[in-house]
Amino acid sequence: MAKVLEPKTGRPEYQTVGARVPKLDALEKVQGKATYIHDLKVPRMLYGKILWSEHAHARIRKIDTSRAEKLPGVKAVITGYNTPEIKTGFFKDNPVLKKDKVRQFRDEVAAVAAESEAIAEEALGLIDVEYEPLPAVFDPVEAMGKDAPLIHEDKESNVLKLPWKMVLGDLDEGRRQADFVVEESFSMPWVTHCCMGTSGCLAEFHANGNLTVHSPTQIRYLAQRDFRDAMAALGLKDKRVQVVTTAIGGAFGSKLDTYPFEFITILLAYYAGRPVKLVFSREEEFFATPSRQKVEARISQGCKKDGHLTFREVEMVLDNGAYTSWGATTPSVMMMPISSLYKVPNVYYKAKCVYTNNIYATAMRGYGNPQATFAIESQMDTLAEQAGIDPLEFRMINANTPGELTPQNFEIGSCGLKECLEAVRDSLNWDEKKGKQDGRGVGVGSLIHVGGGARIYKSDGCGTIIKLDDFGKVTVMSGATDMGQGSDTVIAQIVAEELGIDVEDVAVAMGNTDMETWDVGAHASRTTFVAGNSALFAARKAKEQIFEIAAPILQEPVDALAIKEGSVYSLNNPEASMQLARVLRAAHFKTGGTQIVASHFYDPPTQMLDKEMKGNFSVAYTYGVHGVEVEVDKETGHVEIIKYVIAMDVGRAINMMLLEGQLEGGAAMGLGYSLMEELHAEKGKILNPNFLDYKILTFPDMPEVTSVIVETEDQFGPFGAKGIGEPPLVGSAPAIANAIYDATGKRVRSLPIIPEKLVAQEDE
Amino acid sequence: MKLSFQLNGDAVTAEVPDHTTLLEMLRDEFELLGVKEGCGHGECGSCTVLVDQKSVNSCLMLAAYVNGKNVQTIEGLGGAQGRLDPLQEAFVKHGAVQCGFCTPGMVMSAKALLAENPSPSRDEIRWGMAGNLCRCTGYVKIVDAIESVCKGGCSCGKGS
Repeated sequence: MAKVLEPKTGRPEYQTVGARVPKLDALEKVQGKATYIHDLKVPRMLYGKILWSEHAHARIRKIDTSRAEKLPGVKAVITGYNTPEIKTGFFKDNPVLKKDKVRQFRDEVAAVAAESEAIAEEALGLIDVEYEPLPAVFDPVEAMGKDAPLIHEDKESNVLKLPWKMVLGDLDEGRRQADFVVEESFSMPWVTHCCMGTSGCLAEFHANGNLTVHSPTQIRYLAQRDFRDAMAALGLKDKRVQVVTTAIGGAFGSKLDTYPFEFITILLAYYAGRPVKLVFSREEEFFATPSRQKVEARISQGCKKDGHLTFREVEMVLDNGAYTSWGATTPSVMMMPISSLYKVPNVYYKAKCVYTNNIYATAMRGYGNPQATFAIESQMDTLAEQAGIDPLEFRMINANTPGELTPQNFEIGSCGLKECLEAVRDSLNWDEKKGKQDGRGVGVGSLIHVGGGARIYKSDGCGTIIKLDDFGKVTVMSGATDMGQGSDTVIAQIVAEELGIDVEDVAVAMGNTDMETWDVGAHASRTTFVAGNSALFAARKAKEQIFEIAAPILQEPVDALAIKEGSVYSLNNPEASMQLARVLRAAHFKTGGTQIVASHFYDPPTQMLDKEMKGNFSVAYTYGVHGVEVEVDKETGHVEIIKYVIAMDVGRAINMMLLEGQLEGGAAMGLGYSLMEELHAEKGKILNPNFLDYKILTFPDMPEVTSVIVETEDQFGPFGAKGIGEPPLVGSAPAIANAIYDATGKRVRSLPIIPEKLVAQEDE
Repeated sequence: MKLSFQLNGDAVTAEVPDHTTLLEMLRDEFELLGVKEGCGHGECGSCTVLVDQKSVNSCLMLAAYVNGKNVQTIEGLGGAQGRLDPLQEAFVKHGAVQCGFCTPGMVMSAKALLAENPSPSRDEIRWGMAGNLCRCTGYVKIVDAIESVCKGGCSCGKGS
């Protein structure tokens, strides 16, 4: 169980906030009763399948679908040639069905809807595609060359017109001031989400031409907007689109965009005139779901003799793959640790995203932050060693502190970075263990992440509608999304706390664009903060209505009323009390009666980054430190994790048990990124699209995790809470690399740190 | 092919093509949708069910194999009026469920593990559960949940 460091002012007496409330849907899930996309069936439903490209780069000469169309049971065969063009993705550079040419092995060439999956599969084999292979390019640096084949012929170059650049302070001055300077290069591979439930969706047109899409999406309102493009292309632009979220079998960012397969399912349903469901196989999940982006980084930083950082310079090249999804925007988040993890006055950052014939990248838990933090935090150790300062002490010297305005104009409110460093120092027994290089070693990796929303879209908001019934039961209709992280439960706890009722009296309904108000999506670790505040303020409005009704009945002034344990009472006179359910019935069952419904739309006062990449991106920032002790077998290169500690400044723990679950799950994903995970590609083709060859952590690989919760009580968060979804994996890789260095004297600068790299003679 | 076997305590029959896997039969013929397909290749354990008390990947086993045998799925645990198996209760109470897709397979593997070894150590639990993958929880709370359940279904509280 987590150790909790409470704020110095103490912790208010809460009924529900902080409690270990089991996840609301755990009962259903533990009985196998949750409905995932794989389990969904509607009458007359057909099964969809996609024909993927056989080349990394080729012209499509001809597609002959006639044999497939004749197969009994086939109800629709579609290609880019017999459907209207729809483009998707952040740059709208990804046609959902490829016409004229393919740019990657994962390209969608044709699709089929049939009475069964087996018939659909058979039909794919009857589609004849004639290709003319084209020269391809798989290395982003080569792709920038003059003679490199153009991936998109309508563009002048393979370099995306998305020049990420941030200049803060005076880099030359920072270099002049430095007594110690280091420069290194780091390399981070493709890794993928590995959701246990594969992707899929079900599209259904209604008699009136309206569309319903059932999908395990993280962004049902942005998906609704995107699917309206498909409707417009089909001449149905004034029809309604409803997106209904199924139970989500894991997401981690993979479902933060809309993808060709979803539009293809909509097209199939339209042309077949029947509902169509399309679900990926595990192999498709590996090669067709966009990954975390592959990054090459060169980083240099310097400090004075007293350890204070004077500058940081980072240049990156991101392999964008053949199309553009959110992966290309991750540099906006990489800037955050570069500018605002520590106090560093002079910063230069530049990143290029380059088209290649490789798989493309999307959001994945951490959103660029793990790559940037691996480079920064590995090098913090290298620089500390140069300066002759203990690496943990070096971080204490430079750590950000509350009330700081960073050079990127982030307004740091609550910040427990120093407390987290201290907690990890104690937990690892740092001073005794550090610096022996005897096969055992300790290392740390600090992190910053957005914890109070992040304005990457025009609105960073979330809506909530609350209704109370005649029996004192509450339904919260939230635009938020639960993908397993526990937002359903956290929202229920916040509402229960505010209304003074039992959490069991709160039901949370989310997942239907027709039923709730808008939310931008489950990203940027924003749900507890943004959806939580939205629910809190809606509950507060409901409470005001309750008091208006109860005041004349209790003959007490409105501002003297409170609710506790399901009863409305007066603070002036505790005898004047009435059960909430009775108040609600008194309001309802009379002439001109009413029921209580309240709503609130909360959009945090976050700022979009301006042209100089400055602005208060988030209302609150989450800080934390990962610490590990490792033992390295010098013969085999095997790394054993002896101890893993995460100290995290979460503002306030709303649900201690689910919070620990986020830390442990994040640590597991971070350990995988550090030690074993990598999508291998040869000439654009993924070589390990299965769990035998793509390793994720299994039970025996996972160490025990010590969680330390630092409560800094953020002034803007609901009950002081900040977001925590992504940070638990951000600091893993540098902590492990630093511990390995402490154990062996070997610095590995490329992930994953597999045994081969540790037994090799040279530094990686 | 015609099969008769015990399924979650009932005698049942089914007629399926020869190549049908146990997973396909359970999901498609009996609508036991708690049996999840995570990979279809025996790599993830999401489809774990018990055949004569032993845990198997139902995606790798042909349906024909269970003729005359006893099959138990997640739907066969617990009882009427929403009564849960102590393992299910422990998974809920210990926060061992996040997205939940791997959960039914986890519970069934744990059931088989405890049938063989009623009070395993944490390491024995880790090795006994090594065939089931989870991407959300980091496994720690699943180990806690299993550890808290003793032989006979009592809650010894060891894991809490």
